[in-house]
Amino acid sequence: MRVMAQMAMVMNLDKCIGCHTCSVTCKQAWTNRAGTEYVWFNNVETRPGLGYPRGYQDQEEWLGGWTLKNGRLNLKAGGRLKKLLTIFSNPKMPKIQDYYEPWTYDYETLLGAPAQENFPVARPYSLISGKPMNVSWSANWDDDLGGSKEHAVKDPMLKGIEDKVKFEFEQTFMFYLPRICEHCLNPSCAASCPSGAIYKRAEDGIVLVDQDRCRGWRMCITGCPYKKVYFNHKTGKAEKCTFCYPRIEVGIPTVCSETCVGRLRYIGLMLYDADRVLEAASVENDHDLYEAQRSVFLDPNDPAVAAAAERDGIPGDWIEAAKRSPVRRLIQDYQVALPLHPEYRTMPMVWYIPPLSPVVDVVKDTGHDAEDKDNLFAAIDTLRIPVEYLANLFTAGDVAPVNAVLKKLAAMRSFMRDINLGRNPNEEIAAAVGMGGEEMYEMFRLLAIAKYDERYVIPTAHAEQAHALEELATDCPVGEYGGGQPEALGEGAGRPVPVAVENFAMLQARQTSDSLENQLIGGGSKQGRVNLLNWDGIGVPEGLFPSRDGESAQTRSEEPS
Amino acid sequence: MTTFLWVIVPYICLAIFVVGHFWRYRYDKFGWTTRSSQLYEDRLLRWGSPMFHFGMLWVVLGHFLGLVIPKSWTSFIPEGIYHSIAVVGGMLAGVLALVGVSILIYRRRMTGPVFSATTPMDKVMYFFLGAVILLGMVNTLSSSGAIAVGDGHYDYREGVSVWFRSIFWFQPQPELMADAPLSFQLHALVAFILFALWPFTRLVHVFSAPLGYVTRPYIVYRSRDARPGAGVGTRAPERGWDRPELQRK
Repeated sequence: MRVMAQMAMVMNLDKCIGCHTCSVTCKQAWTNRAGTEYVWFNNVETRPGLGYPRGYQDQEEWLGGWTLKNGRLNLKAGGRLKKLLTIFSNPKMPKIQDYYEPWTYDYETLLGAPAQENFPVARPYSLISGKPMNVSWSANWDDDLGGSKEHAVKDPMLKGIEDKVKFEFEQTFMFYLPRICEHCLNPSCAASCPSGAIYKRAEDGIVLVDQDRCRGWRMCITGCPYKKVYFNHKTGKAEKCTFCYPRIEVGIPTVCSETCVGRLRYIGLMLYDADRVLEAASVENDHDLYEAQRSVFLDPNDPAVAAAAERDGIPGDWIEAAKRSPVRRLIQDYQVALPLHPEYRTMPMVWYIPPLSPVVDVVKDTGHDAEDKDNLFAAIDTLRIPVEYLANLFTAGDVAPVNAVLKKLAAMRSFMRDINLGRNPNEEIAAAVGMGGEEMYEMFRLLAIAKYDERYVIPTAHAEQAHALEELATDCPVGEYGGGQPEALGEGAGRPVPVAVENFAMLQARQTSDSLENQLIGGGSKQGRVNLLNWDGIGVPEGLFPSRDGESAQTRSEEPS
Repeated sequence: MTTFLWVIVPYICLAIFVVGHFWRYRYDKFGWTTRSSQLYEDRLLRWGSPMFHFGMLWVVLGHFLGLVIPKSWTSFIPEGIYHSIAVVGGMLAGVLALVGVSILIYRRRMTGPVFSATTPMDKVMYFFLGAVILLGMVNTLSSSGAIAVGDGHYDYREGVSVWFRSIFWFQPQPELMADAPLSFQLHALVAFILFALWPFTRLVHVFSAPLGYVTRPYIVYRSRDARPGAGVGTRAPERGWDRPELQRK
């Protein structure tokens, strides 16, 4: 047993209202640069629908992920030799048109227009060619089933159930699916990278692209079945969701989670047995992959696991955090969270609680009581749609686990109605789905009213390694290139600014406060940052010299506050 | 003039080549990439790029045999057979590379997005690269006797090759090059200029051919501390090809 820790996420799809706030804030934080216009580390898809990029789930077409050949796991797009032989032109890479051609508007015309009879018009210009263009697709063109008769019918996940799904407006169903990088336990993007630039962080399992090592061979883009590795066409390098690691390291949630209006995201640790990942990813039957992946996870409450984790260098507070992890509770204890497309065999680590609302809507529309457990149970059993559709997304087509989850959610709905109406809770309802009343109430609390610190249980990275953390940035990144300030004057002067959203507030605080000390959200301080060019020569600002007792500013900043 | 062209220029170019790569690797690892334009266009690239690259790999192998390996080492192969292998192999590789590079240059010029992603350095590089390949084809053809360059047959293995090796022994023999036909002289000269440009172009990707991929494990684990301070978004170095705003014409 080799215990490793993985930062993981669960999203409760019933609560997603499709507002795209996560996508927009993520984009503002990470991909509002030239070359990444079409890059959405986080996107929200309407299902049924094509997704982004169009039809990415059809792996017979895109060849992402792993496939089982003679009992052995192989990259679906071909192994090492094939990758090297096709390196000069990747045969299966999506074109920019499969995403969309990014554009901007000619705002100058609006701003500079003289007074005139007709309103001036801002025309769209392509950010790829710089020419005027017609906007004909985007990251969520089929949002809210827009154009579904044309687009949603092409959803690869409808295979085999096409006849059952109605796209008549009154009869259809839909829900939203927010997607980020899955930070897989068995990432096929990393396996596809010829340069070895994509790596899984040993401490928290976050999958990152080393921008200094990436050589732009583009194999990762094909390798990732979720199409969550993007090619920055200006820098010629691959970029992907970073799980906001500079924020996670100091104990704050990702930007998408932080700004989620529906509060539907949960972040926490999972402990798993790294030695068993390959075995679990190689089980014969696609339907067994969900259980196989669950069997890889370890229970931090088990003393043997805790001891092994300690032996493998996982800090004590991380083991404690794993015990409190909301993600672990949803995946392992309540078993209501399911992986997205386990059949890609990458062992994804962003899991989803499938939505009950399409079922509730159907029951409600028929005039029956949609909070009665028997009505809901009967509906889940008889309604092939949307259960089969959900199964295609979350369990490789196996309806049993989806049924079980939906029944738990339905039971919780009925169970809580009694409590809300002041009646005695009916333990039978909980027992019908194999849960106790207490447990069901705890699940309700976590799903419905859990506060910030219950939804996000994120242990900070360790203080003894603090100099390497992005948010603290006490290390000079140019130091390894011989030191020196990147720019002598102006905005870029001084130490590089870390990348979290809090920069703005921090920057403002630094500009408006007299003190040189800035508290960081995750603890620690920014003490010791003195820009000599701004120093007027009068007095000695704190941090200019190491303090007298020999304790340097840097070591002080590493002390937990 | 002989000394300048066949001693000084080669040494300057090679010095720039070596020091330039060292400098680029140290200060611009982030810019060290193929800068693929496949995202923009891949119908022409699908044909042009593999033809050019495989052709060039073959060409490089041919140059290794012809330039680096002394004639005496291959004396067991009859002159006629060696010559025909070299000419036929060289022709095939040359045609492949030439057709490939033609497709690629056509694509670069005619595909809007690809053209607008082309830097001035790319254009300079394409000019010299194209010139080297063309002159190389002329030399191959003249060796085969298909076209006449200069006065009759020229054995480059007793001229150009010996001079080329002499550079690396630091006992250059420029007089050998002075006697070579003009097309050989030009080919060598343009090639050295290309070497001097090399570290400052996208050609650097040649040196990151990912051969280690064959032996490394599929999944790479790395500790956070492996390279302190190095992260995705910390530095934002300016690249030569960065255009701050949308260029609208």
